Amino acid sequence: MNKNKEQLLNKRYKAEQRFRLYGLSAIFMALLFLTIFIFKIFSTGYSAFQKTWLIVPVTFDAELMMLDQNPSKEDLQDADYYDIALKSMADLDPNANEDQENELKRMVSYFFEKEIKNELLNDPNLIGKTKEVYLTASDDLDQVFKGNYPRDLPEDQRRVSDYQLKIFDQLVANGKVESKFNISFFTNADSREAELAGIASSFMGSIFSILVCLMIAFPVAVLAAIYLEEFAPKNRFTDFIEVNINNLAAVPSIVFGLLGLGVLLAIFQLPRSTPLVGGITLSLMTLPTIIIAARASLKAVPPSIREAALAMGASRMQTTMHHTVPLSMPGTLSGTIIGLAQALGETAPLILIGMVAFVNTIPGSPMDPAASLPVQIYIWAESAERGFVEKVSACIMVLLGFLIIMNLFAQIIRHKFEKKWS
Amino acid sequence: MRKNGVKMIKIKAKDVDVFYGKKQALFNISLDIEENQVTALIGPSGCGKSTFLRCLNRMNDVIDICSVKGEILINDFNINDKSCDVVRLREKIGMVFQKPNPFPKTLYENVSYGPTIHGIAQSKQEMDEIVETSLKKAALWEEVKDRLHEPGTGLSGGQQQRLCIARAISVRPEVILMDEPCSALDPIATAQIEELIDELKKEHTIIIVTHSMAQAARVSQNTGFFHLGQLIEHGSTDKIFKNPDNKKTQDYITGRFG
Repeated sequence: MNKNKEQLLNKRYKAEQRFRLYGLSAIFMALLFLTIFIFKIFSTGYSAFQKTWLIVPVTFDAELMMLDQNPSKEDLQDADYYDIALKSMADLDPNANEDQENELKRMVSYFFEKEIKNELLNDPNLIGKTKEVYLTASDDLDQVFKGNYPRDLPEDQRRVSDYQLKIFDQLVANGKVESKFNISFFTNADSREAELAGIASSFMGSIFSILVCLMIAFPVAVLAAIYLEEFAPKNRFTDFIEVNINNLAAVPSIVFGLLGLGVLLAIFQLPRSTPLVGGITLSLMTLPTIIIAARASLKAVPPSIREAALAMGASRMQTTMHHTVPLSMPGTLSGTIIGLAQALGETAPLILIGMVAFVNTIPGSPMDPAASLPVQIYIWAESAERGFVEKVSACIMVLLGFLIIMNLFAQIIRHKFEKKWS
Repeated sequence: MRKNGVKMIKIKAKDVDVFYGKKQALFNISLDIEENQVTALIGPSGCGKSTFLRCLNRMNDVIDICSVKGEILINDFNINDKSCDVVRLREKIGMVFQKPNPFPKTLYENVSYGPTIHGIAQSKQEMDEIVETSLKKAALWEEVKDRLHEPGTGLSGGQQQRLCIARAISVRPEVILMDEPCSALDPIATAQIEELIDELKKEHTIIIVTHSMAQAARVSQNTGFFHLGQLIEHGSTDKIFKNPDNKKTQDYITGRFG
């Protein structure tokens, strides 16, 4: 009898130990996957925050630029920079033939003409003088410098020729290649050239979309939740509504995209590819998430608080607004943030309403065409150039950073509210 | 209280039936409640005494499936009448619940909530006075006067219940309903509340639901005994406890069931 009991006890302890072990290994697995994911993203993405520059001596030859004596500001604006730009690149190898001169030109971005122009506009006294100017390296050389480019491939399979590599190596040896923080990644809009492409357009697009989404989804969802939870009679009709809200939360996001396409664009003729339409579409998707979270947190307010207020002679409205809703706010807000975070990462519906278009301007309002961060990731991931590989990871990093900041913000809000009510 | 030897009746319940859906919870309750007296409602669990109490300030309205029939006259006005406004009714009839349920706000806000929503205080000064007198009447002032702006949920259980009493009396109700106010409290806090009840009956009519027969005997002047949804017997506490008419009352009082 006693022995039996002892065995049973041992068994119970062992079962608990096993359970703990399972739990620990589950957590370990989760952390492992997260670490692998983050490591992969960071190791591919960090180099996108550096940009390679070639330092090229440029002679600002007034004759080549078709400038008269004492040119005015406008003259400088309108001057022809292409020839001196071309010449400075060609001068890198005095013995170059025509083909090689072309290859030399392709070592920098097509933006090089503008970079030289800006240099002169900043300092008009440079006319007739020679100055070393920083020119954005082409994306392929950028990748070569970062060590991401396999140099041992046969030449015909490379986008960088042996000749370009030779000149580039000379420049590196002379210290004429420099790596600097890639500001243009944050200030430029998208571009077909990887070395010039940035996330400004999609970042602003995401912010505008989320704002529109928040402004529509939050008030509608909170009002719906309050009405359903506190005022609506409990009958078949409200049950039906509840079931349908839950169903709505399970609808695949692409369906909402079709809805946006069919209703907002086709019927209401709202401007295509804009964060306004994107935000409205996302708000439809976020609505059920917020309603469910808000209802759950309203339900979690103890009934004794409602009774206390009602027994004091508060009307139902006062009970709701003075007590129930403020107490449910932390839960509602965190539900909102979760909904917005989902919306922020949503790609499919935005593709359908045209936010996948190539946008090389930065939107100034929700009515301007824009991309969004996840769509930008999708666009870049589809591009063939090697230079976009690191950009994809870098864009994911920015998106993750955005999400982390949002969650942090939610935590701070929650904390503040909870302090007040505890 | 008697005026010229006549009992003053504050609340008159006539043939009150209560249903939860199809199930009848109270059968034909008729009960008079005297003004400025403590009336205790006793009976075993589930006998309907709390249900009856909640009829008196129409808290049963909150429960969708609950319906009340019959008349309840307070100051000769039928509160089950359609013309009765529950907000004003509940201003006149305060309630203290079984579990202390202060609002998760400061002590001051807890007590000032009623006067605020009913527009009782004209100025901040007046409000301060109301809060102070309410807390004094609830015998809580001395303990909390230095921390009026701390959360009410930080008090001990007994203090929280007294805070709830202060909150209830802040709007000077004519009647205070108490639903087992001491069942979550220790004996010392219970004694404090009972003492308080005795004090409060000078200004308010009190109806208290209690599980403890000793408590009913200590605090009340009148007692009603409920069993299975029926009011078996009611009368002065003395009589109910010493010489009940009904056999069931006798059995319950002497602890033979319940």
